[in-house]
Amino acid sequence: MVRRERFHLAAKPLASIVSVGLSKFGRREGVYARELFAEAALESFHRLEDFDPGKQIRAAFIGQMSESYERQSHTAPMAANWAGLLPVAATRVEDACASSGAALRCGIMAIKSGLYDIVLVGGMEKMTNLPTPEVTGILATASDFPFEQWNGMTFPGVFALMATSHMHEYGTTEEQMAMVAVKNHKHGALNPKAHMQKEITLDEAIKSRVVSWPLKIYDCSLITDGASVAILAKPKLAKKLSKNYVHIIGTGQAQDTFLMHERESLTTVKAAKLASQEAYKMADLRPKDVNVAEVHDCFTIAEIIAYEDLGFCRPGLGGKFIESGAPALDGSLPINTSGGLKSKGHPVGATGTAQIAELYLQLTGQADRRQVKDAEIGLAHNLGGSGATAVVHILRSG
Amino acid sequence: MSAPRDPTIEEFYKYCSEKKLMGVRCVRCKHIMVPPRSICNNCRSSRVEWTQLGSKGKLTTYTVVHMAPPQFKHMTPYAVGIVEMAEGVKLPSIIRVARLELLKIGMELEADFSTNPQESAWPQWPRYFFKETA
Repeated sequence: MVRRERFHLAAKPLASIVSVGLSKFGRREGVYARELFAEAALESFHRLEDFDPGKQIRAAFIGQMSESYERQSHTAPMAANWAGLLPVAATRVEDACASSGAALRCGIMAIKSGLYDIVLVGGMEKMTNLPTPEVTGILATASDFPFEQWNGMTFPGVFALMATSHMHEYGTTEEQMAMVAVKNHKHGALNPKAHMQKEITLDEAIKSRVVSWPLKIYDCSLITDGASVAILAKPKLAKKLSKNYVHIIGTGQAQDTFLMHERESLTTVKAAKLASQEAYKMADLRPKDVNVAEVHDCFTIAEIIAYEDLGFCRPGLGGKFIESGAPALDGSLPINTSGGLKSKGHPVGATGTAQIAELYLQLTGQADRRQVKDAEIGLAHNLGGSGATAVVHILRSG
Repeated sequence: MSAPRDPTIEEFYKYCSEKKLMGVRCVRCKHIMVPPRSICNNCRSSRVEWTQLGSKGKLTTYTVVHMAPPQFKHMTPYAVGIVEMAEGVKLPSIIRVARLELLKIGMELEADFSTNPQESAWPQWPRYFFKETA
């Protein structure tokens, strides 16, 4: 078993996060992705004292899903340039919606290997400059072209297939899915960086326009512009760089079949299960040890399935879990305190490290009105495509 | 005997133009795959051969797409689902039913082909789809 060999890493920090930055998420007219990235980077630099980013950051891994939104490829040097990091070694990482989760893993590996002491990881996407049908088409490119896209599948469509399966097998309801939306909008209303800082009612969510049955507008995350950044350091240096640092103690990534119809089951995301098991083992923790989590709610059903895949409840009980109130801000395991992809927004390439930014704020006691009391262990769950990629990270307060 | 066709996606769609729904079967472990590919997903063997699938299948899950990319907009609302063939292999497909309310997990379907170029301006290859059994 390959996974067992990693036991020796149990609970030791792999790398530390000494700062994060997040651009304002939303419809950012008149701003390019690189400018959003600079905005996020600047915030992360300002959190540190006596820090010279251009000198001290020697490598950058930047997630971005598509060059189609801005007709721009080769975006890592561009973003690094705008963030004032030259001549940093900058590389773009792409795993669809898990791009910056994967970028974070690259950063961890760069630190853990000993090659670098300080690296910057992040992500960005500028999406709102195109009409929604075109954005839908670009997002769909993360699914298979000759069999899925050619059969008229869209991104909401592929998650709707999972929702239909989950409803059929476990009796999950459209109302339970809507509850996820209501909760995340409630959280997002407390986040000044969120795209939609507005509460919604269950009735509004259920009666909203159908996108791909059973998913409606309010079951879908937002098309958003945004960027996010985290600065990683060798654990030994963390304290020197900032009094507010957190440790990354578990990382996991797994893939599953590229095409959905070849998966063993559509009521679970197997890659997420495997990635979380890997991360839990490395962190020497169990699901019940998690105090706060950011999960990939690209669609409400994805959050319900995430509860199950991450072991927060048993398979099939995700609907009951949201009903119980457990994942609300005042519940036993607050989930998506940032508002999630649903309300904070989902600038695809920025999402993975935006989740990390929220956990950093929570674990350093800086989450303001969204603060989860005494949060020590945080978990981030980032999916790529329909779940062909899953990345999970576990963080511990410093 | 003509030369065997390569296990490629393009050949799969060429078979569709001959009104044949084909998968590749691993010679070693008998695992059937659609889309075709040259390495078995199950046992990693690289000995695969084409096998013709029957036309009967069952709907395992579905969605009704209301908001579609520009190329599919004229078809909305339309149904897409995953069909399990009698041979056990599954495939994604557009599901054509007289009334969308009739869609049901477990319903019997049969394969058909649209080779009319006007019908398939995008995508351009001939396409398979599934419909209610007569």
